[in-house]
Amino acid sequence: MSNITVNSLVKKFGAVTAVDGISFSVEPGEVFGFLGPNGAGKSTTISILCTLLGPTSGDASVGGFDCVRDADAVRRSIGIIFQDPTLDNGLTAYENLLFHAYLYGMDRAKAKKRIEDALELVGLSARKNELVRKFSGGMKRRLEIARGILNYPRVLFMDEPTIGLDPQTRNMIWEFIRELKKNTGITVFMTTHYLEEAEFCDRIAIIDLGKIIASGTPSELKAGLNGDTLNLSAMDPKGLDAEIRGKFGMDPKITDGGITLTVKQGDEILPALIKGLSTKITSVSMTRPTLNDVFLSLTGKNIREENGDPYGPMRSYARKNHGGH
Amino acid sequence: MANLAHETKAIYVISYRELRKFIRERSRILGTMARPILWLFVVGGGMSRLVRPVGGVNYIQFIFPGMIGMTILFASIFSAISIVWDREFGFLKEILVAPISRLSVVVGKAMAGTSISMLQVLILLIFVPVLGIRINVPQFLLLFLSSGMLAFSLTCFGILVASRMSSYEGFNIIMNFLVMPMFFLSGAMYPVKLMPPVLRDMAYANPLTYGVDGLKNILLAGASGTTMGPEYPAITDFIVVAGFLVVTAVLANLSFRRAA
Repeated sequence: MSNITVNSLVKKFGAVTAVDGISFSVEPGEVFGFLGPNGAGKSTTISILCTLLGPTSGDASVGGFDCVRDADAVRRSIGIIFQDPTLDNGLTAYENLLFHAYLYGMDRAKAKKRIEDALELVGLSARKNELVRKFSGGMKRRLEIARGILNYPRVLFMDEPTIGLDPQTRNMIWEFIRELKKNTGITVFMTTHYLEEAEFCDRIAIIDLGKIIASGTPSELKAGLNGDTLNLSAMDPKGLDAEIRGKFGMDPKITDGGITLTVKQGDEILPALIKGLSTKITSVSMTRPTLNDVFLSLTGKNIREENGDPYGPMRSYARKNHGGH
Repeated sequence: MANLAHETKAIYVISYRELRKFIRERSRILGTMARPILWLFVVGGGMSRLVRPVGGVNYIQFIFPGMIGMTILFASIFSAISIVWDREFGFLKEILVAPISRLSVVVGKAMAGTSISMLQVLILLIFVPVLGIRINVPQFLLLFLSSGMLAFSLTCFGILVASRMSSYEGFNIIMNFLVMPMFFLSGAMYPVKLMPPVLRDMAYANPLTYGVDGLKNILLAGASGTTMGPEYPAITDFIVVAGFLVVTAVLANLSFRRAA
């Protein structure tokens, strides 16, 4: 049985359709990613799955429970890491987790044990009694992950889990998710607009303007493209072009100081090409398609890469407005 | 039954969080306690030179119940407004996706406001002997109970307001157009019956008037019938405050459910 099932889900905000009839399912133990630019409908979908928003039409269920009719059962079986930080800066790390444990109905002994374990897991044990206010962005995120898994959820939702974090922390979080998946068999549903992050997923759905425009494993999606791009440099590009057309029946384009051509299985064709050509080649390179190429070929635009610090605006807001009380 | 235990735990931890933060921030305790003390001794001290004691009650003694009312008003509304703050900082989401009912969230917040208010009232009561007011144990318990009711209803009122606020920017408007008028038109500083007719009618419509009057019934019982004493029978005060509590509690729940 699928852990997440979504059927013809629609969410409208007034005249704006944020989610436009999407359907997908996520199997137990899978890391499933929603890849798309900002405003594509990723966060809205997560909000519906987490029971924070009601759908306009369509069905969504998590862990076998309907997100509308059985919202409480859904809530008990999920953990969430939101896009924006949702920690209480005025509490310590330990207190933040204790608050969560009690909200999920744990008794004191169970809460204490799980909190110690979770803090150990994300490497924050030594700082458990410090106010979260003093934590860096990466530490806050790690604490939120510890909190997200505290109730041993069957499905873990992560909305842009590594947005605004430095590459080192990003890798650490990815390593952590992989370990978690291996050890607990947890299902992970995540949204991202980072391409390298989407590559980590078992399966992804590419979403744009509220619609799923493609889905599959990252390699399946990339295989759907025309293939790899080969770049060959030569002193005589025109001669090279002619020889390739003549000997291999391919259709290269002449570039500045060489040719470029798109082929399937570039790694197999390249050696044959070099062996069979008599024109002198000075350098070769091959580029495999990225998920951005997939997105580009489907929508005609790039997924915009953004490096925002989600904590930045909040911090300055806090200084401006909360300093007085 | 297990569910009830779970909800109770949630209510406990929601109010514990606020209380923990209140106690942690010493400056906030000092700040909130400075206000009534300033009013009591600076305003009250000055005014008592101008206003003759009536029925054995001097002006500082007269405004003491009003200062308790003010402390409860500010503490309760301020605590309830934290919902807006939680929303602004995302923490409200953490509460809203938890497997607990919206009712427990509201009750937890109301208990938080009530406990923070009561803590401040207890500190204020240290001044009872200093001011020459005598109360016995039953009166103290009655005072505690009335303050608690008032605090709970005002926190619910605050939640009702907060669940309709979309951002913290509206806070000053709430303070200047709701909280301050409620305070000044409550009989805290001057007897309601001596107010100009228009203001007097507004004071009659103000639930805090009856909360403060209830406290006067306990603390200034000796001056009953004079301008310095309580204006209504204690039972009237009780009924109005209890009615206000029920109405605000219901409305706060409905409003929060809709906003969340």
